[in-house]
Amino acid sequence: MGKQPAAIIGVGQTHHRAKREDVSMAGLCREAIDRALLDANLTLDDIDAIVVGKAPDLFEGVMMPELFLAEALGAAGKPLLRVHTAGSVGGSTAIVASSLVQAGVHKRVLTVAYEKQSESNAMWALSVPLPFNMPVHAGAGGYFAPHVRSYIRRSQAPTHVGAIVAAKDRNNALKNPYAHLHNEGTTVESVLASQMLWDPIRYDETCPSSDGACALVIVDEDTAKSSPNPAWIHGTVMRSEATTAAERDQVNPQAGRDAAAALWKQAGITSPIDEIDAAEIYVPFSWFEPMWLENLGFAAEGDGWKLTEAGETAMTGRIPVNCSGGVLSSNPIGASGMLRFGEAALQVRGAAGEHQVDGARKALGHAYGGGSQFFAMWVVGADKPSN
Amino acid sequence: MSRTLSAPVTVAFDYTRSTGPVVGRFLSGLRDGVVVGGRTSTGQVVVPPLEFDPVTHEATTEFVEVSPVGTVTSWTWVPEPVKDQPFDRPFAFALVTLDGADAPLLHALDVSSPAEVTTGMRVRVRWAAERVGHINDIACFEPLAPGEAEAAAPAASSEEPVTGVVTKVSLDYQYAASPEESLFYRGLNEGRIMGQRCPTCQKVYVPPRSACPSDGTPTVEEVELSQTGTITTFCIVNVPFLGQKITPPYVSAYVLLDGADIAVLHLILGVPADEVRMGMRVKAVWKPKDEWAYSLENIDHFAPTGDPDADYDTYKHHL
Repeated sequence: MGKQPAAIIGVGQTHHRAKREDVSMAGLCREAIDRALLDANLTLDDIDAIVVGKAPDLFEGVMMPELFLAEALGAAGKPLLRVHTAGSVGGSTAIVASSLVQAGVHKRVLTVAYEKQSESNAMWALSVPLPFNMPVHAGAGGYFAPHVRSYIRRSQAPTHVGAIVAAKDRNNALKNPYAHLHNEGTTVESVLASQMLWDPIRYDETCPSSDGACALVIVDEDTAKSSPNPAWIHGTVMRSEATTAAERDQVNPQAGRDAAAALWKQAGITSPIDEIDAAEIYVPFSWFEPMWLENLGFAAEGDGWKLTEAGETAMTGRIPVNCSGGVLSSNPIGASGMLRFGEAALQVRGAAGEHQVDGARKALGHAYGGGSQFFAMWVVGADKPSN
Repeated sequence: MSRTLSAPVTVAFDYTRSTGPVVGRFLSGLRDGVVVGGRTSTGQVVVPPLEFDPVTHEATTEFVEVSPVGTVTSWTWVPEPVKDQPFDRPFAFALVTLDGADAPLLHALDVSSPAEVTTGMRVRVRWAAERVGHINDIACFEPLAPGEAEAAAPAASSEEPVTGVVTKVSLDYQYAASPEESLFYRGLNEGRIMGQRCPTCQKVYVPPRSACPSDGTPTVEEVELSQTGTITTFCIVNVPFLGQKITPPYVSAYVLLDGADIAVLHLILGVPADEVRMGMRVKAVWKPKDEWAYSLENIDHFAPTGDPDADYDTYKHHL
């Protein structure tokens, strides 16, 4: 027996903010879950299993939060799984949930991912000094900035390409009522004028620190019949690689390339740029848009920035990227990957509201995590897959 | 001498928790000197209130004040209290079902020996002298003698609802370096930079790993590396952050030591930050020998050698 068809029929997310002091962690998750269930026209009683994801426990200082969250997530009497793959966790959590349906184990699976970053400080949590070592680490920005510099050198990209991405995503976010940042009037010039934080990454080229959650309802073919607009899963892939291997390509990681190749094959896609109508790509620092465009195969190596510079990643371009505003506009880390996956589903369901790409039929959701060592991605479509 | 090096490390943070409206209602009650439970859809009163109903999954909205007096339903004795427990002397943890509630609350019970605790005994809340909206506003439970009246309720406060608590978390670890890392740190204490070569792929790793990350082969052959190398890539850290050890701005760079196949992250000084370049040749600058320890910090920083930059082709596969 092959893989069973599976579809997303419910997508829910919170209003992402720097501090959601009005809700607890459980309340934050339920805000997203309740919206996803309402969208799916189901209740928690209809759900067979729950899969929860979040990034490192040090962010909230609660070890194994799934223990105390179980009841609030409606998991009493049901299977509850927790997934962790650093920043990509929102994507891999959705993939684990979808695999339970595709394997025929469950018919209706609820998945939720969250982060309540206001409970601590991510820079601190990612830079705890270790004995014997040199304390030069400086959070995620400090980790990725040298690799952005390598990309610029390798591709010979003009230095304002990062600012183009930031201005685009911030303006896209104005069309997304859930986005954390609604910075009116962001332009390439204003981004370039913002403070240089981790040279070559400027303040406006970095993601915010957000509280937020995202939830999806993933169901089997029978249940999907009740939905007017299911988003069918055409392919899911996860890949990992060793973070500290000698001569590892940090700009264009092998695991990402392999994952993308496997994904396009699974989804029956031969020319991603022609066949994907909208892409939600994990871009926490603006330069990762051109980097991932190449890693994913939307552009040849060294050519990703040309798509960005030509406006092809704008909502009206050949390959609209992050119409929701992306990670650059909302970054509840654990949820950020699931937001990419959920926004891709919204696009092919025609339910993305003001940031809908007209007539989107196939969309990509993508996430990466750790030191670019975990990759998770899926393709969803308006049509049931034929394979 | 021990084969491996270890050192203490403390990870500590004062987490700022949002309570949400339900737990916030309970904590506001404690601050005001009353114990508040939540009523479930089946009519049970649970203390502290559940955020979401176990049957309907709806948010709890009905709150009930319960008595500060109750009955012990189970308990355990704590003969040797540890840091941050409610008492520094032996005490009991007890499950107490307060009068008016249907489910027990866990808290400390202040008695001097296990002989003074029985399941079914009557106890009452001992309020903390200062109440702030925290579970520790209940200092503990204490035995209620037969016929004794319950403690007078402390004056209610009229402050804003409690919406958050600060949870101080502090974890003390003993960080243990692997034997291979210990070799590296011991070398640094002698002014040498030691790596290991993988017998399978011949790559030289610095610091040495216990096994090659690419092929899993244990690494044993020791290689002393040059103290000069090439900056492959870098960033200039301009942003200050909590716990930072070096005052920004500073250049954090990957330095590929001559003879190594992987770069190490270190600090670049001796050149203005905006003049640091990919391909720049640098050398290790050590701290005075009397400051050395088993640490990569023995190398104070790397500074330019003044030699011509390395050709891009010589390090581009290390990006």
